[in-house]
Amino acid sequence: MTLLAQVPTGSGQPPPEPPAARSGRYRLLPYLLLLPGAAWLLVFFGVPLVQLASASLYDPSGSLSTGYAMTWAFGNYPDVLQAYWPQFLRSFGYAGVALVLALLLGYPLAYAIAQKAGRWKNLLLVCVVAPMFTSFLVRTLAWKTILSDNGALVGLLRDVHLLAPDGRLLATPFAVVLGLTYNFLPFLVLPLYASLERLDYRLLEAASDLYASPVEAFRRVTLPLSMPGLIAGTLLFFIPASGDYINAELLGTPNEYMIGNVIDSAFLVRLDYPQGAALSFLLMAAILAVVFGYLRRAGTEEVL
Amino acid sequence: MRTPLRPLTRRGLLTGTLGSAALLAAGGSLAGCGTKGAQQTEAGCVSEDLSGTEKKLAFSNWPQYMDVDEKDESKRPSLDAFIAKTGIQVTYTEDINDNNEFFGKVQNQLAACQSTDRDIIVLTDWMAARMIRLGWIQKLDPAKIPNVQANLLPSLLNRSFDSENRISIPWQSGLAGLAYNGSVTKELRTVDELLTRPDLKGKVTALSEMRDTMGLLLGSNGHDPANFTAAQFDDALNKLKKAVDSGQIRKFTGNDYAPDLAKGDIAACIGWSGDVIQLSSENEKVQFVAPDSGVMLFSDNMMVPNKATHKGNAEALINYYYEPAVAATLAAYVNYICPVKGAQAEMEKIDPELAANPLIFPDDALLSKSKVFMALDEKQEKEYEGKFQQVIGA
Repeated sequence: MTLLAQVPTGSGQPPPEPPAARSGRYRLLPYLLLLPGAAWLLVFFGVPLVQLASASLYDPSGSLSTGYAMTWAFGNYPDVLQAYWPQFLRSFGYAGVALVLALLLGYPLAYAIAQKAGRWKNLLLVCVVAPMFTSFLVRTLAWKTILSDNGALVGLLRDVHLLAPDGRLLATPFAVVLGLTYNFLPFLVLPLYASLERLDYRLLEAASDLYASPVEAFRRVTLPLSMPGLIAGTLLFFIPASGDYINAELLGTPNEYMIGNVIDSAFLVRLDYPQGAALSFLLMAAILAVVFGYLRRAGTEEVL
Repeated sequence: MRTPLRPLTRRGLLTGTLGSAALLAAGGSLAGCGTKGAQQTEAGCVSEDLSGTEKKLAFSNWPQYMDVDEKDESKRPSLDAFIAKTGIQVTYTEDINDNNEFFGKVQNQLAACQSTDRDIIVLTDWMAARMIRLGWIQKLDPAKIPNVQANLLPSLLNRSFDSENRISIPWQSGLAGLAYNGSVTKELRTVDELLTRPDLKGKVTALSEMRDTMGLLLGSNGHDPANFTAAQFDDALNKLKKAVDSGQIRKFTGNDYAPDLAKGDIAACIGWSGDVIQLSSENEKVQFVAPDSGVMLFSDNMMVPNKATHKGNAEALINYYYEPAVAATLAAYVNYICPVKGAQAEMEKIDPELAANPLIFPDDALLSKSKVFMALDEKQEKEYEGKFQQVIGA
């Protein structure tokens, strides 16, 4: 009740000065509301991050049984970069190609669902989301069966001579990029759909009244209005795709391994914690750099 | 031209203070970091044995590594008989799927000398060796496991990481060798064929277990996988690298090569005998090959980790599974190499066909070809594993 007493009640009186309206407890309220989330973030993100940062600077000559000494070994960073730069490049390359493919597939799809689907809208949305109800792993394993060397698809492609008689789809860069595109497509489509759904069709009519060709109407009306969804979608697609290792592991060969595979092996197989931590930090830094560069250019505040 | 200083706001001050405090705290905790060694000693980490009063045992094993009743999968005949005989309640859990993954699961407890709530764990040789080296495993009392002393297969006696046969006792053993699918390729005899035959290009996989793959390659170069030099290892690794670079080897796998081999996506591979026997019972064109240059013999070993409180009960169970009749019951189901002498004679009574299978009861010819990979110290392990991982692409 004391809180309520501070809130202006009458509509006739002018609103009181803000500082006067905020007693101690009222001012603390937003912070109290933040507390659970902040504590969660601190315990499960902040602390592990600091730990990872320190692990990346451990003396690389240490080991599990003797322990690692903290020696501020910044040399770990150039070392891992030198050893694993191909996997780094490959990660961003594959994720980039997959992103372009996903945009080509996803933009028309989101547009059609948002603007043209009518009463099928909900069903189509379910179709986009439904595969996500099965596990990521199962979906990727399913692609393994579809692309199998002795499967129907490869057989067909060989018959029409799109593939050489001993050609294959599985265990190629193509399969990995395909897997990435497929697995992360919904992350791109859903935000795009949300933006495009709000698009007022009358704006497009107005554009054509003003003699804009359909292409120009798209470029000057639809695209700018869908920018927030497009940016959110590309980020949600690109960030997990560049750190992914399941697709490369299941659909690729060692020659397609991405940086995620290297980090996995550093932590679990080689037990080289400083290297694994340094690689993780480099990946994080690289993704942050790409994202900020992108946001600067695409320049929208709505997603942040 | 200079931009004028922005006036100091309360918000700015607050963010600034908080930010620098966070940075300082982060920096401080960074500097204070570092990890203690995970090494334990027998004197430093003493485990209590409550077997006298508690008739309980927690047994962690791999999936499909225990005989089950054909009609009722929840019954495990050999284990149930043990429970009936001794009155020890066994909690049997199939929670080991991967050596590295399991290591990750228990390493924090064992490094801090805390209980893992497991009395018996089953891990492969090299992981067993690592845990023993770290001092994480309890020594068993030889007097309480007389069957092991009497019946353990001679080729598994006195292995380098357990010279007294009292820390890690083989549960089942297996061979790593070559396998091919006869419906998509012709017969395969040697490792060199696997790595160079043009018709196999892109249809070959090898194991991501360094010891199995590199052991076979070392053998194919005429070197001894049980005793090799760093230069010999590099030679073998170069051979492997050539096969990877040329695209001959498509992939490095764990157990997951098996379905691909059955489908024919891969025509030939380095694989494990137990998997291949299971595949060939469905498709007899899938064959296991023990190349003359040698096969790798590995075991999955029962071990009692530190702070497990039922060592006595664990010894009773280990001893029980080294009775030939019990071992035969188990081997009839799991199809791996049975490490127990005398089980073959017992198997004659259950299934004469299995008793004659050299991949379950290896004959002398096969045993003389089989090698156990050299025990590596921590530095070697890191170096070799690092080089190997680089070649297999991760």
